[in-house]
This record gives sequence, C-alpha cells and structure tokens, in this order.
Amino acid sequence: MNQAANLPDPKTTPLEQFDLSDPQLYQQDAWRPYFARLREEDPVHYQAESPFGPFWSITRFKDIMAVETNHEVFSSEPTIVIGDLGEDLPIEMFIAMDPPKHDLQRRAAQPVVAPKNLAQMESLIRSRVVDILDNLPVGETFNWVDHVSINLTTQMLATLFDFPFEERHKLTYWSDLATGSPEMAGGDVDEEERMTGLMDCLETFTRLWHERKGQEGGFDLISLLQRDPNTADLVERPMEYLGNILLLIVGGNDTTRNSASGGVLALNQNPAEYDKLRANPKLIPGMVSEIIRWQTPLMHMRRTATQDIEFQGKQIRKGDKVVMWYISGNRDESTIDKADEFIIDRANPRHHSSFGFGVHRCMGNRLAEMQLRVLWEEIMQRFKFVELVGDPKRVQSNFVRGFETMPVKLHPL
Amino acid sequence: MPKITLIEFGGVEHIIDAEVDKTLMQNALDNMVPGVDADCGGACACGTCHCFIDDDWRATSGDVNPLEDAMLGMRPDRTSASRLSCQIDVTSDMDGMIVRLPEFQM
Repeated sequence: MNQAANLPDPKTTPLEQFDLSDPQLYQQDAWRPYFARLREEDPVHYQAESPFGPFWSITRFKDIMAVETNHEVFSSEPTIVIGDLGEDLPIEMFIAMDPPKHDLQRRAAQPVVAPKNLAQMESLIRSRVVDILDNLPVGETFNWVDHVSINLTTQMLATLFDFPFEERHKLTYWSDLATGSPEMAGGDVDEEERMTGLMDCLETFTRLWHERKGQEGGFDLISLLQRDPNTADLVERPMEYLGNILLLIVGGNDTTRNSASGGVLALNQNPAEYDKLRANPKLIPGMVSEIIRWQTPLMHMRRTATQDIEFQGKQIRKGDKVVMWYISGNRDESTIDKADEFIIDRANPRHHSSFGFGVHRCMGNRLAEMQLRVLWEEIMQRFKFVELVGDPKRVQSNFVRGFETMPVKLHPL
Repeated sequence: MPKITLIEFGGVEHIIDAEVDKTLMQNALDNMVPGVDADCGGACACGTCHCFIDDDWRATSGDVNPLEDAMLGMRPDRTSASRLSCQIDVTSDMDGMIVRLPEFQM
C-alpha cells in the first residue's frame, strides 16, 4: 500500500478530525487504520462536519446488523448514501423506501434473481464467460476491468433486462453516472453530463417498456414489473421508474464487477491463497464469499433516524444521518476471525456484511455469487496465473469501492 | 432430546436429536443438515434459514414475530407454513416435529 497523500495521520489525529466521507480515503486505499481506531475507541462515532453535513458512523458488525434490522427507527428514506439527492433529478427507488411500499416494489423484481431462475441461467452465463476468457490477449498486458469484469457484468445485465445486446455498453455508462455524483458520494462525474445521460436512460427504458407491453411470458425485469399489479403502471411515474431501473443497473453492475476485479488483486496479494486454490478448485464457492467480504464493493449504506434513540450509549437525534460502514464491519475482529486476512477456506465465509441485512439485504446476492463462481471455475480451467503487473487505479467514491484499471498478464496452464 | 425430522427439498430426511434451548437453525447447523445457510448467524437479519413447519406443529413452534414477518415477506416462495428457523427455540414438546426445507435460500 502506498503512503496516503494529504490525509491525516490515523494514529495521532484526534477522532473529531477524521473525515470518513472523504473519497480519498478509499481511492488511496488508506481507510483501514482509521476504521480500526474507531471500532476500538468510538464504534458509534459522530462526525460534526463534512462536505455532506454531520453524520454518525456505525463501524462494528453487530451494530450494523442492529441498525439495519430496526427499519422503523432507522429509515431508508429519503436516500441511502451519505450525500443527499440533488433536486434536479428527484428519483425514487425501492432501496430508498421503507416498508410497506418497499416490499411491494421489491417483490415485483425479486423472482428474476431467485436461485430457481438462476439455475436455468447458469449455462448461458458459463458460455459467455468462456467466450470472454477465450478471447483475451494471452501474453500481453491488458486491463482486466474492461476486458473481463465490465464485459461479464454488462452482458449479464443486458440479459436480465432483455436489453438490446449491441447497445449494452450504455448500461455500464449509466451505472457509472448514477453512482458518480460529487454531491451524493464524492464522485467526479460532471453534473450536466450526468443529467443528460440519465434522461437518455429514462427515454430508452420508457421506449423498451412500451415495445414490450402486450408481449407475454417474458421473464426479464421489465416484463416482471409490467406483470405485477403493484408496478404495472410504473412507467407513468418516470422518476420512480428511472430510480428503480438505476437501482437494478447499479445493483447488478458495480458490485459484481468490482468483486470480479478485487479477487484478482486479493489472490495476487496473497500468493499462498492462490496456491491453495490451484491445489483445490473445490474451494471456489467459499472463496467467492471471501472475495465479496474482502472487496466490500459497496462500502456503506445510510439510514436516517425517524426519532430520538439511545444507541450503544450515544444519543442519536431524529433526522440524524446514520452511516453503516460495511467495509468496517467486514474487518471487525470481534465477529470475524483474522478479519484483516484474506483466507479462501474460511470456516464461515458467508458471515459478512457486504450484502447488508434486514429487508434491504442484497436481492441479487445469489446471482452475484454464481457469476463469480463460474468466472473462477473457467479461469482455473485455462490459466495458472492471472498476474497483476502494475498498480490498479481505484474509483473516487465513498460509496463504490471499485477499480478503473487493473493491468494483468495471463499465464496459460 | 426431542427428535426433529428435517426434509430437504429433494426428499432426503434428516432425523436429528435436537438440543433444547438452542434454535432450530443452530440444531440444523450442528447436525450439518444441508439447505440451511444461516448467513447472518441467527439474528433474523438475512432470511437464509427459511423452512416450512408441517401443519400439525404450527402451534407448538410459535408465532411469526414482526421482524421475521418482514424478512419472510422478501421470499418469493413464502407460504403460510414459512418460518425462519433462527426464530424457533427448540422445546421438549417438539419431539416428532416435521420441518421441510425450501428449494433454495436467498
């Protein structure tokens, strides 16, 4: 890890001067010692000032679970990231709704990612993975993020939406626009470009909705929304339609994409684990969970207190922002043994905070796991080493823990 | 120790000697019954220990609590027999209880 530039010393700086919303903490991958100190000294921590206003940080695994399962006090409305929504584009999505409205909308989309449906999708995913891997430039340095991670997740997303396959790169672009806002998560996307792009997204999906209307039996997400009485008229509420489309795009894109890259990095940083994998590919399913924990592709979710509440000895006030740092929960030694180590054959690998908990727990978690499992199964059939040959470049965000580039070289079996 | 029968979706039966005062989920895990994932470790926070309680045992196994109800609400395969096994504390009068496991956990 490089020495962090322009960041306060995590050991000597008073906690009041930490800015956990600073995207540099994550872009420079410097966050670990700051959260380690908070978990130890002030696990429920109030930050009075930040570019996004004051907020609480929840840093321990069990406290994250307690906040997340108390959705009456800790509301997902109006939004679930540290920053507030801009007024220009007041989108609504079920991740940022409370029950009962949340439940109705989520239920409409959920069947597409139910494991029963996934089993039927696996052979299609595998053939696409094989096609991607067989066309990689062996022996040359190339960007794993573009060639594999983005390519794979974008193809999957196009399948889930039954989106025109040749235009699928737009899905990735819209996903990046959706999460890249400076005011929401400290990103670096230009607001005007963002607005133009997201309106194009809305127009495109509105057209798809009308084209698909009346066709029967489709099992893509748009058809499912049309068929469910609770969402059958969603297209008439454009900001809600756009919000939910973006939620499904981001949910199915950024997360798996960055875990697909994060696994390569983790195995390169932990060569003994890579050797374990080579010796026993049956470890792949457990390794996939460990990669998802290790990467924590979405670093936080935010709640807003609906009433005054005392929580772990701290007085949280009605209206306060409460940020659950999954990235810290996943390093909490009081819940996860040797939490700072990447161990592909952990005893209980699914016990991590990356998917969140409670009614908002990641809907597509089994799809994500399946994609990553198939990816690694097919990688191990072809390559003895996906070698990292330079420093990866990380995304600027306090929300998405991602990679822009990751230079690698392949060594065939 | 009450004997509880857990039946996998494919029909495989597991008859376990359950320990009283542990949850049904923990008993299933201790006996390595496949089909109970229990990702969150028993906090009613993930929904991956879903099971179906046979009609005759509904009253004995107790009522669905509000948080459990919210979690079960996210399951596309929920029925009136659905419970989260982490929310059922095993008691001695559950001897003979029959529990069916779902096709998948999510």
